[in-house]
Amino acid sequence: MWQWFYKLGSPRYFYEMTTGFVPWLARATFLLLAIGLVWGLGFAPPDYQMGDNYRIIYIHVPTASGAIWIYAMMAVMAAMHMIWNIKVADMVAKSCALIGASFCAVALVTGAFWGKPTWGTYWIWDAKLTATLILFFVYVGVMALRSAFDSETAASKAASVLTLVGVVNLPIIYYAAYWWNTLHQRSSELGVRDASANPPEIWIPAVFSGFGLIGLIFVIIILHTRNEILLRERRAQWVQELVKQETGNA
Amino acid sequence: MSRVALGLGASLRATLRRELQLAISSPGKIVNPLMFFVIASSLFPLSGRLDIDVLGSIAPGIIWVTALLAVMLSMESLFRSDYDDGSLEQLLLSPQPLYFHVLIKVLGHWLVTGLPLVVVAPLLGLLLNLPAQGYVPLLIGLVLGTPTLSLIAAIGTALTVALARSGVLLAVLVLPLSIPVLVFGAGVVDTALNGLPVAGVIALLAALLVLALSFAPLAIVAALRINVQ
Repeated sequence: MWQWFYKLGSPRYFYEMTTGFVPWLARATFLLLAIGLVWGLGFAPPDYQMGDNYRIIYIHVPTASGAIWIYAMMAVMAAMHMIWNIKVADMVAKSCALIGASFCAVALVTGAFWGKPTWGTYWIWDAKLTATLILFFVYVGVMALRSAFDSETAASKAASVLTLVGVVNLPIIYYAAYWWNTLHQRSSELGVRDASANPPEIWIPAVFSGFGLIGLIFVIIILHTRNEILLRERRAQWVQELVKQETGNA
Repeated sequence: MSRVALGLGASLRATLRRELQLAISSPGKIVNPLMFFVIASSLFPLSGRLDIDVLGSIAPGIIWVTALLAVMLSMESLFRSDYDDGSLEQLLLSPQPLYFHVLIKVLGHWLVTGLPLVVVAPLLGLLLNLPAQGYVPLLIGLVLGTPTLSLIAAIGTALTVALARSGVLLAVLVLPLSIPVLVFGAGVVDTALNGLPVAGVIALLAALLVLALSFAPLAIVAALRINVQ
């Protein structure tokens, strides 16, 4: 177990191990997403209240919750980078920031499109919306800090520290958003819908698209990390041999 | 053991004295954030024809947001000159626990930049038509909240100390993390204006301060070690 762990920490091992694995993961992801989205967007019955409008949930819900879990993963990677100085962990954390911010943005935009016909407004200062917006800001901060440094080592360490500070802060931010919201007596319309009341024809496609998006997260992170490995290890012999091999074949 | 403890106390006192002396020798360090606080707050009533009651109801938010910005801007210089002249390196090399040094340094900085904000806040309350029952909660909130803001901003300052131009980046890093303090700080006043008991919100602010006092120095030290090689 530990040996595997250390091996995965080596950029070369990570790269070589994922070479065979990523195409299969990508195919499975494509399949899951295709089933989930075609079924969900095309064939699932319309909601009796919201009509076809609700179909946005097949994208909105997985991206919104994914954005939170990606931060958790980024934090674990940042801790591993700080404690054991594992370079791959930092590269994964870097891709987490990018995809986490994108997921936040997608969740906010799809939520706005859903909110306009349903609530009558693109944006409301609801606790969940506010917390997602702030999570987006924190992701942006981590990315901005990383890109501000010239030195790769300083950039990765600084981003790790900020990520870990965010871990302590994010639960407080979520709590503050909910507290502030209840103080101002704004209704939380998101809580109106009870997921368990939905028929299987609606939630089964959601499961497919949910797992599909989880797959998508990992595919993007792995591909991004592989690029990062090639970029940072470009002076290493194995990378140069790999490039020679690839360009020779082409 | 007792010698080490004595050494620590003496060196902490020296750090605090140095911080205060540096501030006194350049009064701009104290006055500028204060002027920013007053000027920025007085822009809000000028930015639209606000109903006087509406102004009073958003006054806590205005004061807290501008206080947050003033604290953040004043913190930018916290480690800057120490970094430039090499004394930060000496601090990191010193045998004393850095945790306390950093804590004292931030608190010393708060004494000269944060505390004056608390003192002029009632004046701004007057300008912004803050209702009478809001003043005491505002002061209590600021006394408990601005040190937390200083500590959070110090993390950002420490992370960006090696960068030449860090102003806007500092804001992008620090502002999202400061939101809980803003929510509860302005919340204390809001709660009081609504005639509700404020003890719970004040306790939350105090809890944030305790949390920041215990953990922020760790992050600051880690950040400084990255930037000083």
